[in-house]
Amino acid sequence: MKYLEDRKYVIQAIFIIVATIYALKLFYIQVIDNKYKLAAENNAIQKNIQYPFRGLIYDRDGRLLVQNMPVYDLMIVPKEAKNPDTLHFCKVFNIPVDEFREKIKAAKAYSWVKPSPFLTRLSTQEFAAIQEYLTDFPGFFINARTVRGYTHQSLAHALGYIGEISPAKLEKPEYAGYLPGDYLGISGIESEYEKYLMGKRGVKYKMVNVRGIDKGPFRDGEYDTLSVAGENLVSTIDLELQQYGEKLMKGKIGSVVAIEPATGEILAYVSAPGYDPSLLTGKEFGRNYTKLQRDSLKTLFNRPIMATYPPGSIFKLVQALIAMQDGIITPNTGFPCNQNLIKCSHGHEAPTNLRIAIKHSCNPYFYQVFRNEINQGKSRNIFVDSRIGLDHWREQVLSFGFGDKLGIDLPNEKKGIIASTKLYNKYYGENRWKFSNFYSVSIGQGELGTTPLQMANLMAIMANRGFYYTPHIIRSVGENGKPLAKYSKKHYTSVDQKHFEPVIDGMEDVVARGTGSFAKLAHVGITVLGKTGTSENPHGDDHAVFVAFAPRENPKIAIAVYIENAGFGAISSAPLAGLMIEKYLTDTISAPRKRWEEWVLAGKFKPKKKR
Amino acid sequence: MALIRSSKLRQSLDWPTVFIYFLMVGLGWLNVYAAVYSPDNVINIFSWDINSGKQLAWIGTSVILIIVVLVIDYKAYDSLAYIIYGAMILLLLATLILANPIKGSRSWLELGAVRLQPAEFAKFATALAVSKFLSSVNLRQQNWQDHAKLVALTLLPPFIILLQNETGSALVFGAFLLAYFREGMSPLILIVGTVAVALFISTLLFPKLYLVIVITVGLGLWLWANQRILMRKWPLILMIYGASIGMIFSVDFFVNNVLQEHQQNRIKALISPEADPRGFGWNVTQSKIAIGSGGFMGKGFLEGTQTKFDFVPEQSTDFIFCTIGEEHGWVGSVIVIGLFVLLLTRIVKIAERQKSVFGRTYGYCVASIIFFHFLVNIGMTIGLAPVVGIPLPFFSYGGSSLWSFTTLLFILLALDANRKQDLTR
Ligand SMILES: [Zn+2]
Repeated sequence: MKYLEDRKYVIQAIFIIVATIYALKLFYIQVIDNKYKLAAENNAIQKNIQYPFRGLIYDRDGRLLVQNMPVYDLMIVPKEAKNPDTLHFCKVFNIPVDEFREKIKAAKAYSWVKPSPFLTRLSTQEFAAIQEYLTDFPGFFINARTVRGYTHQSLAHALGYIGEISPAKLEKPEYAGYLPGDYLGISGIESEYEKYLMGKRGVKYKMVNVRGIDKGPFRDGEYDTLSVAGENLVSTIDLELQQYGEKLMKGKIGSVVAIEPATGEILAYVSAPGYDPSLLTGKEFGRNYTKLQRDSLKTLFNRPIMATYPPGSIFKLVQALIAMQDGIITPNTGFPCNQNLIKCSHGHEAPTNLRIAIKHSCNPYFYQVFRNEINQGKSRNIFVDSRIGLDHWREQVLSFGFGDKLGIDLPNEKKGIIASTKLYNKYYGENRWKFSNFYSVSIGQGELGTTPLQMANLMAIMANRGFYYTPHIIRSVGENGKPLAKYSKKHYTSVDQKHFEPVIDGMEDVVARGTGSFAKLAHVGITVLGKTGTSENPHGDDHAVFVAFAPRENPKIAIAVYIENAGFGAISSAPLAGLMIEKYLTDTISAPRKRWEEWVLAGKFKPKKKR
Repeated sequence: MALIRSSKLRQSLDWPTVFIYFLMVGLGWLNVYAAVYSPDNVINIFSWDINSGKQLAWIGTSVILIIVVLVIDYKAYDSLAYIIYGAMILLLLATLILANPIKGSRSWLELGAVRLQPAEFAKFATALAVSKFLSSVNLRQQNWQDHAKLVALTLLPPFIILLQNETGSALVFGAFLLAYFREGMSPLILIVGTVAVALFISTLLFPKLYLVIVITVGLGLWLWANQRILMRKWPLILMIYGASIGMIFSVDFFVNNVLQEHQQNRIKALISPEADPRGFGWNVTQSKIAIGSGGFMGKGFLEGTQTKFDFVPEQSTDFIFCTIGEEHGWVGSVIVIGLFVLLLTRIVKIAERQKSVFGRTYGYCVASIIFFHFLVNIGMTIGLAPVVGIPLPFFSYGGSSLWSFTTLLFILLALDANRKQDLTR
């Protein structure tokens, strides 16, 4: 047995011999032979991300809204950029020496070996000017990419902008595919449709030596993936109408939203004051953004979907429809214009039917309509009766798309407010409030807040006699893509179709013979149906509102115009809406309307209160 | 009772081995992170999205496994050896039928989110079974039946594993020869085996005519000096000579016609990786460049440049030694090699102090399996062995391999901790 036990020495000797051979071989390839170190230097594999082209955006007639423009970032790897000739560099790249030193410091602080941007968003011209000097500065190289470009100065609020992904977003799982420094849509369509626009990144591996000299693709590109361009989008916007709307709103504050009632497609989306979307691309992004953000007029505020106002007199249309649906009134119901209930404009004909009441926007009339709507005698307790009435009424108002997001394909849409039991219970306590506490809701004041988009949508409902499609700004993904399915669903209101005609009769009178007459287009054969309004503004002059649709049969456009602090809608918003409708339906402004165009452009509306 | 057992266990456990084990596993974990680390996109070492995070989970479960292995009555490993072996054979067969092929290999079983490779676990099961068998027979007695049984016991698992298309894992079973050698197998088999492998590789490396001349002249000179042997054993000598010459000329046929293409490529890569550095030789060239560029002291933790791309899926598994070599240089490499020598000699020491043949044989099996992995894995990264996809024990990423080596090693420690109780047997 002893001789077998000795075999343990043989076995351990085998272990040690193999280990020694390996250690020696390693010593040879790691320490003695320089071949591998040289090979490693010539053998670095560089992974280059191939950024796809971001999808383009077209308007409804195929005009380009958003395109891509090449820009160049000058990158630095501090380790390789050991001692650049500072003066020479500053002369070539045209930057002050202080700035140069600061940027070098920042780059070193970020990483000694990883590339970081040194100068960003150089234009093609700037790139051409510096290209030949690049070899003088080892450690610097150019990284080409694209930024958004625009052939117009319009629609900035809806289009949105793209920017570098924030560190906070990078942490979130839904942004797992993004790397630091990547660009993505931050607001507007760019953000909402990011997943279509972004496309798919590709990766290219190439062999480079230590000096970054290209040694060709790695393994003949076996591991490379091609980038796939993002999908193009077709917008519902009519760029020409949009630009005309922006021109008319110049120097004013407010919104214009125009919708095609038969589809819910948004034709124009003006937020004034506007800004040139190219301000938020290119080298000056940071500076411009800060400037816009600090602006006292809140230029970046996306008014059509984020500003909520009391709807004012326009809301009387909704009141009339709900009252008819509930059998509270008929088109022939009359009420006295009793100024003791609530004040009214001086001396108008007696509102002996609904049509006259709408034409004159008679406050006492709608006070009485709403009182009867709220207090239907369902309970003997007046407080309980008011609550039952309000709940029933509110449900119907919500069916018009108020009090909640409509679901437009833009981020940050506001819900608005509609008077509710919950709200009044909070104000007054349960069963401690009745109609008299909120009567001003009857004429569109009080606990009501609606966005311009919701008001334009109300006009689409009027035009469709009782239903709407979710307003949207993108028609299809892909140039020949089908319309997005989620926007082809009809949303019905609680009010039957037959109740709409009497209200529309009143709207016809408003424009033909009433407060909306500055929107009249009878001379070109178009019947405009509209309603003026004044939105009370506790902070200053009231906001002027006009909503309309046209023509009466087979309507093509529904519109809401808000001009802040312009007072009475009849003299400011109404003519502006008339011009927009004429422009869209006839492609031109007729001679008799030119003076209204000048009037609106001049914008010297005299504020004056009127309900 | 359990308390007494656990405190006794604490006293009698071989702590140096446990220490080396955890040192290796910890170093492995850091290098797995280094292998997947990308400076452009730094992910936390604990992140479940990358191999290092998962490896930490494998390490954690291995600790549980260790406790289980130590708590189980040590006698079970002896008494249940054949049952464990039988169950493992069934599992291998089941895998062959049930597994979805992954890269041409039918060796993975998917259990929910976890993928296991039963072939890994066949090692310790076979080690238990052959130890059990050898404790009942004596290899030196020329009982052909016993020998045949042992060969069958040893070769059945690798045969199934070969059918699963896992050549590397199957070759590991060759390691048992070392344990059999300790138990009395004729050294001739070891020598003939080694010579055959050496001849096989030489045939690939050198012109055939030279080899024939060298063998003929060498044998001629030796026989001229020992003429008595020629007289007595000339038929055997003639047979060996014929076999050698025959092998030289049949190697080409074997490589080109018997081996599958990827196996051919691995062999060709060993001979001349530089011939087509971007083709099949790429792994070898690349790993030599990575290790070679590490120099004496290495580039530093996470500073490697050659081993950082995820298109080499084996970077954190079979090629983990590249990362060690590149980032920690010759010093780091030698430390890792030294750790293996320490572990292997410690295991031999443990094996020798076992009172039972079963324990001793099992100990040698453990040493042999770990040694084989060490030999082939590091050998292939430095171009001394063909590219055979087997992991570096305790260092490579992967649950199956870590679990299997942990089980393998800690069964030995469990036997060792209870060895004194075997006195009575
Ligand atoms: Zn009145």
